[in-house]
Amino acid sequence: MSEHNSAGAEAYWKANVRLVLGLLAVWFAVSYGAGILLVDWLNEFRLFGFKLGFWFAQQGSIYVFVALIFVYVWRMNKLDREFDVHED
Amino acid sequence: MEVMTWTYLMVGVTFAIYIGIAIWSRAGSTSEYYVAGGGVSPLANGMATAADWMSAASFISMAGIISFAGYDGSVYLMGWTGGYVLLALLLAPYLRKFGKFTVPDFVGDRYYSSTARLVAVVCAIFVSFTYVAGQMRGVGIVFSRFLEVDINTGVIIGMAIVFFYAVLGGMKGITYTQVAQYCVLIFAYMVPAIFISLLMTGNPIPQLGFGSQTADGTYLLDKLDGLVTQLGFGAYTEGTKPMIDVFCITLALMVGTAGLPHVIVRFFTVPRVRDARISAGWALIFIAILYTTAPAIAAFARVNLIDSVSEKAYAEAPSWVKSWEKTGLIKWEDKNADGNMQYVANKDANELTIDRDIMVLANPEIAKLPNWVVALVAAGGLAAALSTAAGLLLVISTSISHDLLKKTLMPGITEKQELLFARIGAAAAVCIAGYLGIHPPGFVAQVVAFAFGLAAASFFPVIIMGIFSRRMNKEGAIAGMVLGLTVTAGYIIYFKFMHPELNTPDHWFLGVSPEGFGTVGMVLNFVIATAVASVTKAPPAAVQRLVAEIRVPRGAGAASAH
Repeated sequence: MSEHNSAGAEAYWKANVRLVLGLLAVWFAVSYGAGILLVDWLNEFRLFGFKLGFWFAQQGSIYVFVALIFVYVWRMNKLDREFDVHED
Repeated sequence: MEVMTWTYLMVGVTFAIYIGIAIWSRAGSTSEYYVAGGGVSPLANGMATAADWMSAASFISMAGIISFAGYDGSVYLMGWTGGYVLLALLLAPYLRKFGKFTVPDFVGDRYYSSTARLVAVVCAIFVSFTYVAGQMRGVGIVFSRFLEVDINTGVIIGMAIVFFYAVLGGMKGITYTQVAQYCVLIFAYMVPAIFISLLMTGNPIPQLGFGSQTADGTYLLDKLDGLVTQLGFGAYTEGTKPMIDVFCITLALMVGTAGLPHVIVRFFTVPRVRDARISAGWALIFIAILYTTAPAIAAFARVNLIDSVSEKAYAEAPSWVKSWEKTGLIKWEDKNADGNMQYVANKDANELTIDRDIMVLANPEIAKLPNWVVALVAAGGLAAALSTAAGLLLVISTSISHDLLKKTLMPGITEKQELLFARIGAAAAVCIAGYLGIHPPGFVAQVVAFAFGLAAASFFPVIIMGIFSRRMNKEGAIAGMVLGLTVTAGYIIYFKFMHPELNTPDHWFLGVSPEGFGTVGMVLNFVIATAVASVTKAPPAAVQRLVAEIRVPRGAGAASAH
């Protein structure tokens, strides 16, 4: 990274951190939120044969985790190009 | 054909494949030995990471633990998958950009200190050994039940195989064997799961099957809740552990996952930063296939178990009860002398003790599946244990030859000598691992939980701060690592080894069990490191430039020693 585009690097890093924090909020919400802290309340609702809180703890959170990584990859690749820091 | 013949056939064929791959992909340089030359495709790396990651504990023990713990078992499901989100978002791309061989390399360079490197090496070796002992034990269990050899002989056969391809092939050999092992283990896990799901619910997809209705029209989980509460257990879909403990265990497992050196190092093997990101995604997909199936197997197995043994006459017990009794993993004691097997929550009336490790292994027999499926599970369990063991042994050997000898004690050695030391290190590590497998400290999953707590309290915070804080310096990092590690290890040793009788929620700090204490250790690490760094001087300019550099993807070359 040469000196003249260090402002760009700073902005890139800020955008990166913002994206990561947003995704981690979802990560926290589905596992610690739906799967643990709110599990009893969510268990009042049903998804077919599952109690909803139980489903989040044993199934739903894992599906969301996978989706989160792919969203991250897609958004980061876009961000890399926008800030011209992508690899060839 | 007999189960035994099938098992010899399946295990023989898979072992031949692993050895064939090892010969084809021998490592010629340190770069090939440590990081497979940095040329692994993201998809193949994802698959290898999944096999590396999913151990004997995932394959053999996890569904069994969930089967008996119900909702409480969710900590393992979320904990061992959620860590990949952290790995993908916070660690993998930056460490790939950094582009060296090992985690201690990063710690040593980022914190410009051989002391920090040394602390990291010690952590890496300790964590890997605790973890590898569990794998060897798993190998022994599979061999003793399915091939009816002594557990110790089983461990030795396993050692010989791992020795062959880890010592010869290094990371290159391990990567491609792991790809094959993933295919074997996932096939072996899914086939019985699909069969059982079809039998019990008519739905071929286990993930949906366990939310479906059984033949009598009730939902499977409701039926299970009914069955277990009748026998005096807590409802399957509701927890018994305190919420704070569930929270802490899940977090310790997630953070520990992201801090395990044998997982992190896999992301050094792909060519580019963007490959490291997508590779974590592939890895989690491959892992999620097994991890979303495990709770289904757990529920099916519990229903099947209760249906086939509860209040049944021992004389008419199915053959699997007797064959597992021989291994000592099932015990029956006719306390009320009625000749029937009572399986209830009340300890005084309960007559049946069932080791959780057999729930997956015996499941196909319990569900009366064909012999070849039973044999397949044996081959899958071995694939899971061996692939993880190989990955761990590589970390140990690399830590010794690269971090300890080349970077610390004997910087003058040539690449050829370093490679030789790596091989000797791997060979020695295989022997120690085998010894730990024969004389195991506790059962498979518990030993593994130990490794997570320690990884959570040491590596994870130190690496995160190294990337996300420019101000973090060596004084802070060392203080944090040492304190996090000592406090966590001390807490676990106190409750697990010195005073197991005090290991109850009333004695725990804030109600956090030893399994979840890695979370507390991690928080301590962050706090102390930040405090110490704020009163000591900032890292040198070159290090601050290094931090700026790893934050942008462009310019990532192949991983190198320089």
